[in-house]
Amino acid sequence: MFKAILARMKQGHRTMRYPQEPVVIPERFRGFPQLDNSACRADCQLCREVCPTGAISCTPNLSVDLGKCLFCAECQKACPHGGISYGNDYRLAANRREDLVAQEGEEYRLAQALEEKMLKLFGRSLKFRSVVAGGCNGCEADTNVLSTIGWDIGRFGIQFVASPRHADGLWVTGPVTENMREALLLTYEAIPAPKLVVACGACAINGGPFIGSPEAHDGVHGMLPVDLYIPGCPPHPATILDGLLRLLDRLPGEAGARG
Amino acid sequence: MNRLTLLQNGASLARRDIPVLHGDHFLEEILSALDHGWRVVSYFALPEGEGLALYCVLSLKADATLGVLHTRLDDGGFTSLVPYAPQLHLFEREMAEQYGVIFEGHPWMKPVRFAPPLATLPGFCPTGPGKIGIMDFYRVEGSEVHEVAVGPVHAGIIEPGHFRFQCLGEEVMHLEISLGYQHRGVEKLVLGGPYPVTFRQMETVAGDTTVGHGLAYAMCLEALAGTRVPARAHDLRGIGAELERLANHTGDLGAIAGDVGYLPTASYCGRIRGDFLNLTAEICGSRFGRGLLTPGGVNFDLDALTVEKLRRRLLAARDELTNAVELLWDTPSVLARLEGTGVVSKETARELGLVGPAARASGLNRDIRRDHPYGIYNMTHIPVVTARAGDVYARTLVRWLEIERSLDFVEEQLRQLPGGGIENPVGSLGEDRLAVALTEGWRGEICHVALTDGRGRFERYKICDPSFHNWPGLAMALRGGQISDFPLNNKSFNLSYCGVDL
Repeated sequence: MFKAILARMKQGHRTMRYPQEPVVIPERFRGFPQLDNSACRADCQLCREVCPTGAISCTPNLSVDLGKCLFCAECQKACPHGGISYGNDYRLAANRREDLVAQEGEEYRLAQALEEKMLKLFGRSLKFRSVVAGGCNGCEADTNVLSTIGWDIGRFGIQFVASPRHADGLWVTGPVTENMREALLLTYEAIPAPKLVVACGACAINGGPFIGSPEAHDGVHGMLPVDLYIPGCPPHPATILDGLLRLLDRLPGEAGARG
Repeated sequence: MNRLTLLQNGASLARRDIPVLHGDHFLEEILSALDHGWRVVSYFALPEGEGLALYCVLSLKADATLGVLHTRLDDGGFTSLVPYAPQLHLFEREMAEQYGVIFEGHPWMKPVRFAPPLATLPGFCPTGPGKIGIMDFYRVEGSEVHEVAVGPVHAGIIEPGHFRFQCLGEEVMHLEISLGYQHRGVEKLVLGGPYPVTFRQMETVAGDTTVGHGLAYAMCLEALAGTRVPARAHDLRGIGAELERLANHTGDLGAIAGDVGYLPTASYCGRIRGDFLNLTAEICGSRFGRGLLTPGGVNFDLDALTVEKLRRRLLAARDELTNAVELLWDTPSVLARLEGTGVVSKETARELGLVGPAARASGLNRDIRRDHPYGIYNMTHIPVVTARAGDVYARTLVRWLEIERSLDFVEEQLRQLPGGGIENPVGSLGEDRLAVALTEGWRGEICHVALTDGRGRFERYKICDPSFHNWPGLAMALRGGQISDFPLNNKSFNLSYCGVDL
């Protein structure tokens, strides 16, 4: 008993101060891409060719579809002119599938808050039921970590619950394997309306590394109405939390647009 | 055993050098090898010539040697070895599902993944995927007996799978585990590769074992292309692999503590696990080591400043983790819940072919890092830890002792990183070759076998995740136990669903 109390004192209070203070992101973290096609030759498609998931388009402008991007940075490695690099900005989540395309010279539209009625319902208490539909345990692990003492997502009223009947929304990870499709749809049905759907990670958005697999469905987009898309393979916990807090309008004094 | 074609871990050989054995000789060889201390690390099929080829890859720890056996079937019938070698039962079920091989005498023929066949050959009749989860579960009859069905969707943020318990009151008489829900078709997607996406699929075979599977894949490519990996890259790969072990073992200790209701250790370990993930992210930007490795080496180097930073943070994590875990051993109510729960005897572990910490907790002294050393483990040895009891306590203790050894290893490697480059180019893959790569992931032995065709493309790529060997261990651990102990037992194995479902 005494040892437990001593340990408690030693381990200390470790919940981070985010969002009052910035979250610590590793220096080499690959977040929002910086695009510069000023040095691109018309016939050069090196970045597009090495992209494992076809996330890059060179016409009309250089763009990266963050819904497909695995942030593997093969494109950065392949480009001789530094046309693509991945910066430290972890804020990536969006409301609409088409908003996930980062284009040179265009503003990236980050997730917007829910409409007023939904915000009134869910703004202070939002419960999710997670369904893993072919996820590799990466997205799952970094969603789980939000409930640990470091992140303590409960302080925002957000919680992952054990029954769809207790939930306000469905949390989808994985490319939606054929073998999980029915269980996913049944779980969605079992959640009382109105309800939200979150597609967490590249797989759930567009199939991730398993895009085009005959045994999976390239994610939940098009299968269920998605309210929040969280890019990444897997997304950093800060990317996930940022998306949720934007959805709930809980980021104090911060503009929705990229600074 | 003179018919075995021998090779080393991380090596390749010409497929024509592997003789095609008569079916009876093939089976005799496997049984005789098993009698002489060999283990089966992979057993799979692929279309070859007019028929279906079966390859069996075995390992002999004593000689640090691997051996390959090869036969060819002209029609769908073959003899099951499962009555004599239970460790083969999932391999045979898998071949039945993937190609329609009928294994006569298999005592427990059921789907593995409810997946469509990989190929349909003349004379073979794969039954096709039934509806997921619908099969003949073993049932115990009786007025006092009840059945409990759990999953595929579980209560937490957990991968899907189905568990079917036969209970008499609280006592579990039998547990059957039915998987396949996570099947993404990895082995089918890889055919004809490697493609740009293939390495990303290997990193996500089991996404919590990115380095373990990524390394096995890289080793296969390097063996097929004849690439030498720079010493510094070997070191950085080893650091990545041990950080992966540290993060996951730490998470498991926390989860085990949580499942017996001991929240201090659960809370602290949940956070410290993140510290290890963040160390990996410090090296390569990804908490799961995505993109750290590349065939031929690694993508990221460390400068002196980062090394110093990593060492400092590693020391702090060791201090806090030791403090958090020692609480477990000092708390009698925790120990009472762990000791004697979910016992897997050494004999059962051996028969089922368990691997990794689960095997070592039951007294089996096996670890690929020592038995078939690869990369950095050729130079630096990590002592293998075993326990005897085979219960949840043993599986917990083995994890903790492995954490200590891995911490020592990473600290040592950070002190003595060799100079030189970090990546050598990988040329085109050799044609008509077979390569085998084994690594010791945090859950245990990972085995990748690659077979190339006449153009140097993958004709077959067989992946065996440690969970493929270990799920039956969990089922046996529950036998005669309390159903309320299932979560605790489950955490003490912490197996991968997607690693099996592929």
